[in-house]
Amino acid sequence: MSLAKPAMRGLLGKRLRFHLPIAFALSLVAAAAFKYGVTEPRKQAYADFYKQYDATKEFNNMRDAGVFESVRPTGE
Amino acid sequence: MFYSATLILVQSASSITCFLRLFTCTSLVSLGLNSHPPPPCLYPSPSLTRLSWSTLRTTMLHLTTGRVGCLLSKQAVVALTSSGARMSSHGHHEVSDSVDMSQPMYWDRLDTPLPDRPWKDVLDSTDKSLKQKEKGPWTALSKEEKIALYRLKFNHTYPEMKRPSHEWKTVIGGMFIFFGITGLVVFWQGHYVYPPQPHTFGEEWQAKQIQRMLDMRINPIEGFSAQWDYKNKQWK
Repeated sequence: MSLAKPAMRGLLGKRLRFHLPIAFALSLVAAAAFKYGVTEPRKQAYADFYKQYDATKEFNNMRDAGVFESVRPTGE
Repeated sequence: MFYSATLILVQSASSITCFLRLFTCTSLVSLGLNSHPPPPCLYPSPSLTRLSWSTLRTTMLHLTTGRVGCLLSKQAVVALTSSGARMSSHGHHEVSDSVDMSQPMYWDRLDTPLPDRPWKDVLDSTDKSLKQKEKGPWTALSKEEKIALYRLKFNHTYPEMKRPSHEWKTVIGGMFIFFGITGLVVFWQGHYVYPPQPHTFGEEWQAKQIQRMLDMRINPIEGFSAQWDYKNKQWK
């Protein structure tokens, strides 16, 4: 029994037909995973932080800790 | 771009080049030369013991070598191809340093299957008569003759070329040796070369630094200060 003649042509096309759909699918999955794993939680974290944020209170806390050069802590 | 992409297809190309080599020297599929690389000590296969042109002497040689051991059988295979001396009776190849690059060369390469010259160009009378027979219909050739013709033209088969070596052990071992030497050098350097650490690396200074970062509310949403509980004055 002779050896079967190997495929001589269309090797690149065959590879692309196999790998390109997979590549596209995986790219979309990666993008979706990043969006719903990273960016959406991050947006939510920022929204939650600023819902309860009192800028004046935070400023006074920082001032009393002594980190500003323009204003001294209250009572100095 | 497509040309560089085709270079990726080495594996299928390798099978094509292997096929080319086999095609130039009659079909060898039935002879099993494209199977797994033979172990170094190969017991003679039943087909090889049935010689088409064998004299009683060579038949006896085969039966006895079959019993005696693998090394002798390997030499019997060599004797089959009537090469006389050790493998290659190719006259103009120098054993020592330099190769005459002005002459056609022989090579065993996976990616270039057909060298410029056959392996054995200095043929004795048996080889010459075999080459004469090759000029006729190839169906008249026996399996052993086909193998002999292959061995005249080529030194190694593709499985023999692809046989694994023990080189990786040397490589990994040498790698680890150099890692070790480098580790010693690094240790000595840390002791004798490095200057004293900056004062900002000290425990007290680091604590003051962290407190200042918390006071400044560094990254209060998702980062540094977000991990600090300002009410209870501790890490979350």
